[in-house]
Amino acid sequence: MAFVVALVFLVIFSVGFHFWSPWWLTDIASNWGSIDNTILITFWVTGFVFVVLNGFMAYCIYKYRYDKNRKAVYEPENHKLEIWLTVFTAIGVAAMLAPGLVVWADFVTVPEDAHEVEVVGQQWKWSYRYPGADGVMGTAGNEYVSASNPLGVNPDDPFAQDDIVVEAKEMHLPLNEPVHILMRSKDVLHDYAVAQFRVKMDMVPGTVTYIWLEPTVAGRYDILCEEFCGLGHFVMRGTVVVEEREDYDAWLATQTTFAQTQAVAAGNAQAGQGTYAVCAACHGQNGEGNVALNSPKIAGQEDWYIRQQIEYYKLGARGTHPDDIYGAQMAPMAAILVNDQAINNVTAYIDTLPDVNAPETVIGNLAVGADLYQGKCSVCHGKEGQGRWGVHAPRLAGMTDWYLVRQLQNFKQGVRGTHPEDQLGYQMTHMVSALADDEAINDVVAYINTLQ
Amino acid sequence: MAYIPIADQTDEMHDPQSFITKYIWSQDHKVIAIQYGGIAILVGLLALVLSVLMRLQLGFPDTFAFIDPADYYQYVTMHGMIMVVYLLTALFLGGFGNYLIPLQIGARDMVFPFLNMLSVWVYLLSVIILIASFFITGGPAGSGWTLYPPQAITEGTPGSDGGIILMLASLAVFIVAFTMGGLNYVTTVLQARTRGMTMMRMPLSVWGIFVATILGLFAFPALFVSAVMMFFDKMLGTSFFMPAMVSLGETLEHTGGSPVLFQHLFWFFGHPEVYIVALPAFGLVSDILSCHARKNIFGYRMMVWAIIAIGGLSFIVWAHHMYVSGMNPYFGFFFAFTTLIIAVPTAIKVYNWVLTLWEGNIRLTVPMLFACGFIFTFIHGGLTGIFLGNVTVDLPLSDTYFVIAHFHMVMGVSPVLVLFAALYHWYPKVTGKMFNVTLGKIHFWATFFGTYAIYLPMHYLGIMGLPRRYYTMGTTDFLPDSAQTLNANITLAAIWVALFQLIFVYNMITSLWKGKKADPNPWEATSLEWQTPDNPPCHGNWGAELPTVHRWAYEYSVPGVKADFVPQNMPAEDVETIDGTPYKGHDG
Repeated sequence: MAFVVALVFLVIFSVGFHFWSPWWLTDIASNWGSIDNTILITFWVTGFVFVVLNGFMAYCIYKYRYDKNRKAVYEPENHKLEIWLTVFTAIGVAAMLAPGLVVWADFVTVPEDAHEVEVVGQQWKWSYRYPGADGVMGTAGNEYVSASNPLGVNPDDPFAQDDIVVEAKEMHLPLNEPVHILMRSKDVLHDYAVAQFRVKMDMVPGTVTYIWLEPTVAGRYDILCEEFCGLGHFVMRGTVVVEEREDYDAWLATQTTFAQTQAVAAGNAQAGQGTYAVCAACHGQNGEGNVALNSPKIAGQEDWYIRQQIEYYKLGARGTHPDDIYGAQMAPMAAILVNDQAINNVTAYIDTLPDVNAPETVIGNLAVGADLYQGKCSVCHGKEGQGRWGVHAPRLAGMTDWYLVRQLQNFKQGVRGTHPEDQLGYQMTHMVSALADDEAINDVVAYINTLQ
Repeated sequence: MAYIPIADQTDEMHDPQSFITKYIWSQDHKVIAIQYGGIAILVGLLALVLSVLMRLQLGFPDTFAFIDPADYYQYVTMHGMIMVVYLLTALFLGGFGNYLIPLQIGARDMVFPFLNMLSVWVYLLSVIILIASFFITGGPAGSGWTLYPPQAITEGTPGSDGGIILMLASLAVFIVAFTMGGLNYVTTVLQARTRGMTMMRMPLSVWGIFVATILGLFAFPALFVSAVMMFFDKMLGTSFFMPAMVSLGETLEHTGGSPVLFQHLFWFFGHPEVYIVALPAFGLVSDILSCHARKNIFGYRMMVWAIIAIGGLSFIVWAHHMYVSGMNPYFGFFFAFTTLIIAVPTAIKVYNWVLTLWEGNIRLTVPMLFACGFIFTFIHGGLTGIFLGNVTVDLPLSDTYFVIAHFHMVMGVSPVLVLFAALYHWYPKVTGKMFNVTLGKIHFWATFFGTYAIYLPMHYLGIMGLPRRYYTMGTTDFLPDSAQTLNANITLAAIWVALFQLIFVYNMITSLWKGKKADPNPWEATSLEWQTPDNPPCHGNWGAELPTVHRWAYEYSVPGVKADFVPQNMPAEDVETIDGTPYKGHDG
């Protein structure tokens, strides 16, 4: 008897939960309302079956509960009933399958007027490419990937030169225009998914996959990676901005073409030496850092990282948070470097400075720190804390430890990495959630001091 | 020499001589079944603990310092693989297959007893290899249980050094064990049935296990070769699954391989694997429902054909796991079609279970509670499968919590409820003791409500777009805070369910000596295993003479017969009728 009540309760509860719980599809922002309709049809058909079957079972268990004076009815087979049930089931299944296949036919057929955008996945970030003025996307492949050509665009392809390369977390799409999104991966499987668009697809190294859609509501939407891609899977996030055509064009105009990214000459250390005099005031003649002035050691840091951080300061992606008082000091300094060439020059000079390990100031539990570091940090920053350009992870070992502590605190408190233009810092804001408190931060930094 | 059917041969090749041959290196199918079952339950408890750790992280991120992202992904991977392969497959086929096949078909033992013994020890070896990966540098594989390359063997994934190698090795060894057992089960069913036991008189338990084993023999080789190929990619630098790629900034030497090829191989195994677990569950639950409803299973022949149809179809639906994998999207039409066809025989099975209850005389014993609970969870999990099998509906739901919720309902909760039903149902036969009924009922209620509290809300988180395999969600633009609150409550439900499994373990163990002595046929069942001369059955099962079968296994509540059941081996002339007229039964 209790079981009958339980069954009835669960059926009513499930239906009630379905209709009255606050958790449901996000508001759709693409043309794929037809997908939502297939979901609704499926819910109605399966919901009906769910209620009827369980209701019937509850009825049977109640009506035919055990009575030692009664005998069950002996009926091995009932062909007529079985055939009817089979036919009804087949009709129900067809009612769900047919609309599904019709919509799928739409999904695999890309409209001819769709414009192309490329999304490139890597562990653990997104990049994008737009075809540029000629409207044709150049060829690309993992064999061309290098630090200066991170998307692996074919440098010899004439169609590739004007391609617009967006090495950023954020992509833009024009409102109400069908877009054919091509997908590549530099390393492992990823999956480009935007909940509000409804469609998603895996990105597979060695091949190009696609989806198409038409954004119908302006706004900013989260891009999530939804195919497991290793330790940092959960930090692989991006943003898609859907906006009016003129805003989109304006944004596109501010982006650099592939040819421009290749044109900047390598840095000239001699030319950079003069500029460095300004830096030396705080970071020291040899880039050794100065704790009194809150300036970290920069000698021995990876050049691409220094370059990128200078750019962030110039953009306002760093040093603009109201609580980032030390970063605020750096922001006007970075403005001295007027263009990419100047940045490259000073970076080249910093590369020539002698690399002496910074003094150790942080004390913590090394065993705990080792566990934390090797479990969380080492995949990107390297087992020896040496840094890795492929995942944009800077060197940590031998660098100023008090600075590492402060930056970890900044990431944790949202002071750093939360600016929308900070394309890589956001990964750290998720990763530091694994460091519970200041003690854990001290432990891990103390361990980093022991590396090298 | 005159031909003697295997069933009648009197060679006593493997009579136990000592404690060791009786309980350790035993060739008796019943002891081997208990060994299989014991190992599987132990390793399953480990996987249960891993799932609680996982849920702690998901429900309360930023709280447990000892769970870092690497740990989390390792828990996910090991939980999934252990539950699917090392618990469910091993317990249904190695455990119940071994115990029930010879007893239900009236054989003295499996036809290859030595191979059978080897099978369980090789299975133990595979478990030891798997567990060993917890103790090596870098820990166990953390690639997700699907082991998708490239990430499974590249540096950015936890356990991509030693862990994945031990995982692949363990799977290969498991498949060897399975093949030794599986050939044995199939041959035994085909060759060692007793007099009168035609195929169409076999209990559905045997049918389910038999067809599932055939599926396994065809499906596991696909997993075996993919494990070997991935091992070569990892150790020898071949490129079966590895395309040209830049891993964490380093250009690897691989070129030209296809990651999607692995997925095809994996799911060519992986989808039949669902039915390798489900078909024995279907069979066992059919027998339990029929017996406790005191009514014949409804539509026996239809049930047999449904098992065979599902088994056959299960080989042509695998790519419904890959709608968004980047395979040619036109495959979607074919696989959505085949997948939804499979819903028809599956639905027939559900109808027939419910129609077995209809006009029955239902005893809500502990095994019956679990069996009816299974019907509810299986209806739920089966229906959500229609969402994911229909290619278009899958697009927004794929890789979200909806998938997790679906397969845990259909492949986690449902088969496990059948396992509990079966363990309680056959406990008196296996041990000769009765379990504690009150504890069994508490176990049922806590598990039934608890698991539904875990998985019902999870579907809706997935519909919102909450992705699976996220160590922590952090902040997003589209998930409200209430999603995290719900997730925390799901964790509480999971802990609740896990704790109540201890009651089950306690009941199973203490009833061994505290339990009342069981009647040889406490449920008044018809099938042969309940008619053994000894309880529990002795070595050789049947004493001097093998049973002779006169009818099917579902002769319950026959009109005009005094008792409400007629055992399969009872001669027609011994059946007492109410008015003294000769008994004429179904299929007699």
